[in-house]
Amino acid sequence: MTFVLAQVPEGFYRDRSESDTGCVANNGVCPDWIVDNLDRYVDPFLEHVWLVVASVACGLLIAFPLAVLAYRRRWLIAPVANITGILYTIPSVAAFFLLLPITGRGALTAIVALTAYTLLILFRNVLEGLDAVPDEARDAGRGMGLTDGQLLWRVELPLALPSIMAGLRIATTTTVGLAALAFFAGAGGLGEPLEADKAFKSNVLVAGGLCVVLATALDLIILGAQRMMTPWTRSRAAS
Amino acid sequence: MTSADTAQPEGPKPSADAEPLEFRAATKRYPGSPAPAVDALSLEVPAGEICVLVGPSGCGKTTAMRMVNRMISITEGDILLGGRSVRDRDEADLRRHIGYVIQQIGLFPHRTIAENIATVPRLLGWSRTRIASRVDELLDLIGLESDIAARYPAQLSGGQRQRVGVARALAVDPPLMLMDEPFGAIDPINRDRLQNEFLRLQAQLRKTIVFVTHDIDEAIKMGDRIAVMREGGHLAQYAPPAELLAHPADDFVRDFVGADRALKRLALQRVRDVPLHQAPLIREDGSAAGAQANTDVPYDLVVDGAGRPVRWGTDGAVHRIDEDDTLRDALSGLLASAVQYGAVVDAAGAVVGVISIDLIHEVVRREQPA
Ligand SMILES: Nc1ncnc2c1ncn2[C@@H]1O[C@H](COP(=O)(O)OP(=O)(O)OP(=O)(O)O)[C@@H](O)[C@H]1O
Ligand SMILES: [Mg+2]
Repeated sequence: MTFVLAQVPEGFYRDRSESDTGCVANNGVCPDWIVDNLDRYVDPFLEHVWLVVASVACGLLIAFPLAVLAYRRRWLIAPVANITGILYTIPSVAAFFLLLPITGRGALTAIVALTAYTLLILFRNVLEGLDAVPDEARDAGRGMGLTDGQLLWRVELPLALPSIMAGLRIATTTTVGLAALAFFAGAGGLGEPLEADKAFKSNVLVAGGLCVVLATALDLIILGAQRMMTPWTRSRAAS
Repeated sequence: MTSADTAQPEGPKPSADAEPLEFRAATKRYPGSPAPAVDALSLEVPAGEICVLVGPSGCGKTTAMRMVNRMISITEGDILLGGRSVRDRDEADLRRHIGYVIQQIGLFPHRTIAENIATVPRLLGWSRTRIASRVDELLDLIGLESDIAARYPAQLSGGQRQRVGVARALAVDPPLMLMDEPFGAIDPINRDRLQNEFLRLQAQLRKTIVFVTHDIDEAIKMGDRIAVMREGGHLAQYAPPAELLAHPADDFVRDFVGADRALKRLALQRVRDVPLHQAPLIREDGSAAGAQANTDVPYDLVVDGAGRPVRWGTDGAVHRIDEDDTLRDALSGLLASAVQYGAVVDAAGAVVGVISIDLIHEVVRREQPA
């Protein structure tokens, strides 16, 4: 099934025409080349960002209501955990192959597969966060006349936020790594230049480095959002 | 009977919105257990009074209390608040109008103190300004600085959290409060302080209150009426503290209130409530300072210009007893200082009478069942 492999011309990212130093010819780490060719990575980087953000967002959109539902109807926990657990164990390349006949080559296939990977982590963390809400807060809330919906949105979910955000961070970081394989599905991303010239250290350094930068940046953004949304967790340390 | 009332000094009648509560053969059977947790409980709590449910662990106190706001469904029988069955009312609306305090307090950790207190007012759609002024008022009422309003519960001491829990329950001035071992998790010294504060508050507010505890001393201190419950959710006796102590209905109640119930009864009465002896009062220059007739103490009591006791006769040391002390404390003081007579003084320190062990004994004897 070679047709699914990324059709990238060998050496696409290596423009040897103007290189003279021997650094490029020797597949070394060449700062000059990196500076000159950085713009070639912009599109793959943006594709990568899109794949990650779209997949994690879709994952949350599916896992969150499932977890809330399972929180109220406990019998749902086992089946949902089992199904998302199986999805989690399918190798991503295999998932791309399996999806190709349905969704075709492109970003959609990659996003569907990557979304499937986030489900287990997000489902478990949302549920754990809800389960960790102190019983007495729930009891007091109900005793003061909060309806089930008010209790969920005003008490249970806010208190589950630290766990939910922790799940988002793990899911995002994992997805940044997995999205490097999305070029197998023809969805681009930083995996494409990486794969195109694995022997050239400058290329590997830039493509791989951008993955790390992206993972770190997204992690910090989510962490910052969590800090802002859960001021009470900070005050405890300060007191 | 001089049924002195520790919980409520004589004063204004119940607050206008306090409502009477009535259990009518209220029964709770939990699914899966044949024996009821609360068995046909019938009792009436007059508006503005504290009814304490007391009894050994597992006797159904919490269950009985939680049936009132339908946190636990009523299997049989009924509970009426202000003459109206709680079963006919919308659950959420019922709960919003009943104050609810639990031992674990259950403050919302993610909400500031002000936001916690504002929980029910917000549910009822009060305006921002009305909520803000109510929060200030309540913090003042429970004796907390207003700068605490912006803090989170984790930044408060246990005692402060408990006060906030009470303030939150009082937020919309509910006609009824349910309190399940509200001071149970507080150390003894702070518990005593919180109990006293709460009684002072209640003297002002006059809410109808159902108060659950397993501590008979707390029950006697807090209750206008005490419902002693026994295993299986049976009501063993329902009576004011003084009557419970003087006439325990059966051996179970007798055991439960304890062998020292005579002393506990003394704790229900204040020195100022009993007819005191009078001693001949003499000024330091030897002149009479008060009535010399009808005195029943054979010693002269020397007082200063403000009427404060100085000495007995020529050199006898005076043991002073505050008129607000309980008879139990007075007796303990007389025994501890090994004196026959104690001078009872008012808040300013002036003599109002004389008390003796014999007099206390006389009070007990008069109230003893024939
Ligand atoms: N949710 C429940 N399901 C089944 N049985 C229950 C439930 N809650 C309480 N019980 C039982 O009902 C009885 C009364 O319980 P309850 O909590 O009312 O006692 P309590 O007097 O408040 O005790 P404690 O002083 O220990 O708090 C106990 O035997 C208890 O095991
Ligand atoms: Mg209990």
